[in-house]
Amino acid sequence: MMDAAMDEAGLQALLAGRRIEAVVIGASAGGVEALGALLPALPAGWRLPVFCILHLPGDRESRLAELFAGRLRLPVREAADKEGVNPGTVYFAGAGYHLSVERDFTFSLSCEPPVHFARPAIDVLMESSADAYGSGLVGILLTGANHDGAAGMATIHASGGLTVVQDPDDAQVATMPKSALDRFSPDLILPLARIRALLPMLESDLS
Amino acid sequence: MDADPGANLKHVPSDIDIELRMLVEAVYLKYNYDFRDYTGASQKRRVLAAMRAMECDTVSALQARVMHEPSGFAQLLQFLTIPVTEMFRDPEYYLALRQHVVPFLKTYPSLKIWVAGCSTGEEVYSLAILLQEEGLLERSLIYATDINPESLDAARRGVMPLERMRLYTENYQKAGGTRAFSDYYTAAYGGALFERSLVENVTFADHSLATDSVFAETHFISCRNVMIYFNRRLQNRVLGLFHESLVHRGFLGLGSKESIDFSSYAQRFEPLAKRERIFRKVGA
Repeated sequence: MMDAAMDEAGLQALLAGRRIEAVVIGASAGGVEALGALLPALPAGWRLPVFCILHLPGDRESRLAELFAGRLRLPVREAADKEGVNPGTVYFAGAGYHLSVERDFTFSLSCEPPVHFARPAIDVLMESSADAYGSGLVGILLTGANHDGAAGMATIHASGGLTVVQDPDDAQVATMPKSALDRFSPDLILPLARIRALLPMLESDLS
Repeated sequence: MDADPGANLKHVPSDIDIELRMLVEAVYLKYNYDFRDYTGASQKRRVLAAMRAMECDTVSALQARVMHEPSGFAQLLQFLTIPVTEMFRDPEYYLALRQHVVPFLKTYPSLKIWVAGCSTGEEVYSLAILLQEEGLLERSLIYATDINPESLDAARRGVMPLERMRLYTENYQKAGGTRAFSDYYTAAYGGALFERSLVENVTFADHSLATDSVFAETHFISCRNVMIYFNRRLQNRVLGLFHESLVHRGFLGLGSKESIDFSSYAQRFEPLAKRERIFRKVGA
């Protein structure tokens, strides 16, 4: 496990030889601010798909895609059922349905019961994404007051993907990153600012 | 746009993928329930849940149980189908039905309505209440179909959990309900028993959208949050059934995140209430 003190050369070494195909980010309480700090680091011309899932209270209609669309240099959309995953696009999970990524790189929605009281659940999106992308997936788990995401991150880890957990001391609410750390040892535990710096590097290795 | 980022990711099927395919194939061959064109990710989750509940260590062990014990199949079926629903789910859908569909339905002397994938009946009772309030229930014949016999039995009984009534009452009011929701049920059998007259003209029947064909001409089909579990091929089949069943300019209602944009029927239905996912069959 690499700690927060890891320098850029260390990160480069960790990323060397990885063929990253997609990034999935989960957050709960405090997540709007965290994603607001993180996502603008995605440069114009970025080519990977990014899947974001953020818990919101109840089944309230989500306006996250609209909220972020104006703030990013990439297309931002709510993931639609049966839609193919496009490169260079930031997708948000809509409210009230679980979101999965299928083996044929299309999205699917489902109304199965909530997981950890959450629908959409981070675990569902992360586990299905790990099945689809295997070691080509990067999972990032941020602030939150819930235990969702720990199982999903552990699955990404077991599938050979790169896992990044926000440093609980840096998170607005530490429960969610802590719950993941209780379950497995991720590749990186970083404060938000370092995750922000890491994002553009995820793609630089693609040649 | 670049090529699909996954195009050069080659999948070697994992053991569990192989086992899952063999399981649904076995279920199809032995019991004639066709889950082969269900979407993979949620089906995998449900099979894993069944595995845990039925105390099988592998999908292959689960398959052996299902093959050799019919009760094992009955148990698995409860996981493979998805009986999660609520009355007046997405109240705006029902409101839009009242506003945009009911005025047309009133022009017909008799109506046939198909609730496809009715599960445990929440949507059937919701629609029946709406039709009654609009003065249409007496002239309506409702077909409520599903593949899960246990769900159909529950739907026929019409006993809903009492603890859900607060949410349902709220939904009903948002859906444009004109009475007190509690008028429609009485406390009985440890739950809320819905008025029998609501389902007098309802035929609950076993019908598979994956393998059966059209059985009636209908004016309105409601099929909500069913097709999200199907892959595109099966979605196309189902939309074909609906297109065939619907009368000229008939109505189709889908779940709030469902779309026909990615199907080959995209041009054969037009949105009537786009946000609420109500479509109308395009005229010839």
